[in-house]
Formats: sequence, structure tokens, C-alpha cells
Amino acid sequence: MKISVSCLLAGILFGCGLTVSQMINPAKVISFLDISGNWDPSLAFVMGAALTVTFIGYRTVFNRKLPLFVDKFQVPARKDIDTKLILGASVFGIGWGITGLCPGPAIASISFGGNNSIIFVTTMTTTIFVYRYINSKV
Amino acid sequence: MENFSPISASIGGAMIGLAAVWLMASVGRIAGISGILGGMIQKNDNKAWRLSFFIGLIIGPQFMAAIDPRILTIEFPVEGPFLIIGAILVGIGTQLGNGCTSGHGICGNALSSRRSILATITFMTTGIVTVLLTKVIGGV
Repeated sequence: MKISVSCLLAGILFGCGLTVSQMINPAKVISFLDISGNWDPSLAFVMGAALTVTFIGYRTVFNRKLPLFVDKFQVPARKDIDTKLILGASVFGIGWGITGLCPGPAIASISFGGNNSIIFVTTMTTTIFVYRYINSKV
Repeated sequence: MENFSPISASIGGAMIGLAAVWLMASVGRIAGISGILGGMIQKNDNKAWRLSFFIGLIIGPQFMAAIDPRILTIEFPVEGPFLIIGAILVGIGTQLGNGCTSGHGICGNALSSRRSILATITFMTTGIVTVLLTKVIGGV
């Protein structure tokens, strides 16, 4: 119960942050990526502020031995740079550049983004599930 | 730069950061959306926390709309086939590269992860190039 409520609150705060910062607006994201046009650097401030808070916050959190409601921190340990990482990030960036949508804002927008949000989230989620399923078989 | 909004961007960004910190403090998890979503079909994993997070993510914007409904007015630069192609690329890319704007861009970078720093530089670059190419091809 504590876990579910904590995650619900984290989700709400995340969704509120995406909304206040206007990351939820694909057109705003595109105008950030469009450095040769009428450039809108706002999203650099979103990333900068989020990163600063997380950087300091994580260090405070890791002063504790354990999280509040579970028995371990699950932090990715991988340090190797491989082709999959670069290829994956490249492909993700292309999809992001075409649509102005990345996973968080896309999901956050399904209650008000109409058919476009629903089509994007359904397609993305199906792709992710199929990818994971195939990956678990090979 | 007439739409430049550094103050709301910074406040919103700080809220996203706080959400990521709280998720780590409470349940020890990275706030990477593509990873939380992909884990929904993982075997031997508790799904309740993932589902709770997504419910919050979806209702969150409505709380802000209660203050100002105009905040949920958004615009999609592409629709139809391009939207679908983009969604497939985002889906494959985030799984192949183990993360998206939140997982690598915020959480991973905050952990000073080499993989995340490189991934962020990469997706920012291909995103910028894609927008540039779209304009050239579209003749705008």
C-alpha cells in the first residue's frame, strides 16, 4: 500500500512537472530541437532544473542504506558502451524528432491529447512489448 | 524566441526532478518511463508500483488544468503515418538503448552514468538533425 501510494504520488508530480514545463506539448519540443529556426530554448531549462534537483536529491537519498519502503535500491550498474546503446539512442532521437513525443509526455497526454496521443501511446507500447517478448525468447 | 518560458520550464523541471528523487527514496527505482513501461510484461516482477506510477502520470496534468485549463492545449506537428512511424522508432529505440529522455536524460545523467551521458548526446543530436531534415525535405 505504501509502495503504491508512493508511486502514485511520484507519477502525479512527474505529470504535473511535464505539464507546467510544457514538455507535454509536442510542438514546443520540436521548437526546442529546431535550432536553425525560431529556436525556443525552454526545454534546456526543464532538463537543467530536473537534472540539478535529481543530482543533489539522489546523493541525499543514497546517504541512507535503504529506500523507505523496499529492501534495495535498483540502480543500473552497466558501464560498457556498446553499439546497441548508440543505435537505440539514435533511433529514439529520430522518432522524437519526427513527432515531438517521448514516452513520458506521450503517456501523460492520453487524457487530453485526443486520437493522436492514443495512437502514439498504443503503437509505442505495442512495439515495446513485442520487442521485450522477442528479446526474452532469443 | 517569442515562446521562450524559462521560469515555468525551470519550475516544471524541478517538479520532474523531485518526482524522480521521491521514486528513488521510496521504492529505490529509476524514474525512466520507457523502462517502467517495458517492465510491465517482465516475469517475476511486481507490476503494482508500475501501474500506480502510470495512473499518477496520467491524472497529474489534470490537477494543473484545474488551475489553468489552457495548459493542456497541445499541438501535434505530425499525424497519421508519421506519428505511427515515430512511435515505432521511439519504442524500438528506447528498448535497444535502455532508456529515454527521463531514464537517461535525467536519472542516468544525475548518476553520472557514462552510458546515459552518451545516450543523451546521441538522441539530442539525431533529434535535432531529424527536425532539420524534416524542414529541408518539407521545403519549409
